[in-house]
Amino acid sequence: MKRRTLLTSSAMALGLAATMGTAALAQDEPLKVGFIYVGPVGDFGWTTAHDVGRLAAVEHFGDSLETVFVESVPEGADSGRVMTQMALSGADMIFATSFGYGPEINAVAQRFPDIAFEHATGYLQEAPNVSLYNARFYEGRAVIGHIAARMTESNVVGYIASFPIPEVIMGINAAYLAAKAANPDIEFRVVWAYTWFDPAQEAAAAEALIEQGADIIMQHTDSTAPLTVAQEHGALAFGQASDMSSFAPDVHLTAIEDNWAPYYIRRIQERMDGTWEADNVWLGIPDGEVVLSPFNDRIPADVQEEANAMIAAITDGSFHPFTGPINRQDGSTWLAEGETAPDGDLLGMDFYVEGMTGEIPN
Amino acid sequence: MDLSSINPVVLIASLMVAATPILLAAIGELVVEKSGVLNLGVEGMMIVGAVSGFAIAVTTQNPYLGMLAAIVAGALVALIFAALTQLLMANQVASGLALTLFGLGFSALVGQNYVGIVPPRTPKLDFGPLTDLPVVGRIIFGHDILVYISLLIVAATWFWLNKTQGGRVLRAVGENHDSAHALGYKVTRVRILAIMFGGACAGLGGAYLSLVRVPSWTEGMTAGAGWIALALVVFASWRPWRVLAGAYLFGGIMVLQLNLQAAGFRIPVEYLSMSPYLITIVVLVIMSSSRGRRSMAAPGSLGRSFHAAG
Repeated sequence: MKRRTLLTSSAMALGLAATMGTAALAQDEPLKVGFIYVGPVGDFGWTTAHDVGRLAAVEHFGDSLETVFVESVPEGADSGRVMTQMALSGADMIFATSFGYGPEINAVAQRFPDIAFEHATGYLQEAPNVSLYNARFYEGRAVIGHIAARMTESNVVGYIASFPIPEVIMGINAAYLAAKAANPDIEFRVVWAYTWFDPAQEAAAAEALIEQGADIIMQHTDSTAPLTVAQEHGALAFGQASDMSSFAPDVHLTAIEDNWAPYYIRRIQERMDGTWEADNVWLGIPDGEVVLSPFNDRIPADVQEEANAMIAAITDGSFHPFTGPINRQDGSTWLAEGETAPDGDLLGMDFYVEGMTGEIPN
Repeated sequence: MDLSSINPVVLIASLMVAATPILLAAIGELVVEKSGVLNLGVEGMMIVGAVSGFAIAVTTQNPYLGMLAAIVAGALVALIFAALTQLLMANQVASGLALTLFGLGFSALVGQNYVGIVPPRTPKLDFGPLTDLPVVGRIIFGHDILVYISLLIVAATWFWLNKTQGGRVLRAVGENHDSAHALGYKVTRVRILAIMFGGACAGLGGAYLSLVRVPSWTEGMTAGAGWIALALVVFASWRPWRVLAGAYLFGGIMVLQLNLQAAGFRIPVEYLSMSPYLITIVVLVIMSSSRGRRSMAAPGSLGRSFHAAG
């Protein structure tokens, strides 16, 4: 067989497999859903949270759902190959759970118009079968900002940030605004670690912050190291993405958990019913997508009540963490009295709010 | 925002801790390279040490048994590399890279059941009232046992390489394996032992991360420390005391930049995080010129396979 004919016939075979995959949907076979993860399912953070969502869907749908996942898929060309492979092996729906998969998802989606693609934290929608979803983590950060402000004794909060991108800056501002409202003397010290995950670096950052007088540590990096350091030094801390209390039971106050299960179950159900449509959603505490882990008993009852009231207010829509008047750090007006932040402003946020010290690195 | 809020004593104490994993891995790799072998698998050996040490420490509830296990595990993984490169004459660069990939995957597999567990605590050594002394108390008498062991290993390596017959043989093997062979030294045996020593040190360095520094197990937790250790050996131009100085310099840059940030200073974080790698690249460039290579004293047979002819 010549090389060219070999390629043609294998392409045909692949095409056949793809047709069979979509045809299967019409029968009473289980819906096949693929998940693509950027990290290992055991990272105890971002990817673990997505996999918990997948498992919840498996539990919910039982035999009518079949899932596959590929972990540690690098952003870039490799992810396109993984998606194509999933599509060819008969997936009806694919969840890709990292920002950097965007170009590949859109390219693959154009080739497989019958497959529903869901992209977490993305912004590109170049095909009618690409849907975007994200979570309003800043709502959770506002709640922990309030708790931190009410519990600190040194009035210094240490914040371990990853990269200076809008998502992270938004989190710092949300936490700071809520903290400032509860305690006008509060001061935030931000350390940019320039990594999402490097336990040793994060541990050193936490130590440096505690040494500089911070008695509460917040983190926007993924490892549990800052918590263990906080426990060692008797400082307080918050978990990231998952309940991390087992690493620092004495000082873990609560964690902002990502709860993707409700969204996954709803969208898979829609795909089964044939009502799925591409969308662009940004869900938060009201939708149960951002959840705070059970409060540590160390949080005084009145502070717990205030935090719960804040969660309730965010849930019923009466409170938005970014409600004016809010000025930028340089003193210029961002939001007027009573105005709430438009989503576009948040997603492009590149400035600190008034009162924050330090500067955002370029 | 003033410099006085940074306490130099604490800074030095914490840079010693931050530097210990790379110091251990680098001093092991130094011996390996001195014997003429380039093992790029440091990262892989470190992470296997990290997971094995963690698993045994959790199972036995004894951190010291965990460290011992990490030493053994690191040496065993290194033995795979030794078998490939010394007995089967495989390419050292490719085998070393493969070892890193293998180590990362293998550790993830073994570590699956150990995610989210807190290991037994490694106590700081008790020097009684000495620890309460001003300045020196915290810098000299305020650490856990591995910090002291790492310093001892550096001193012992220096002494052994320069002052003993065994060390001279190892250096001869690294400088010119054909001559060493002609003189009757067992080139392959020396190199296999050196590789195992390197693995043991890297494994211990990994265990320091998972048992003392972090302490918990997460996949990929070495996060590039093995590569910094490799760079460090070149940076130190294959001299033990310079490895120590380099490790504390690299560790110091990291700790200092974090402290400066925490104190509210505006510093170019990106450049400081890059600096260990940048310095190493500069050293490598200098080394690549033939005159530079001599002055840097790279072992003559570094990276070349030895096959006894006749």
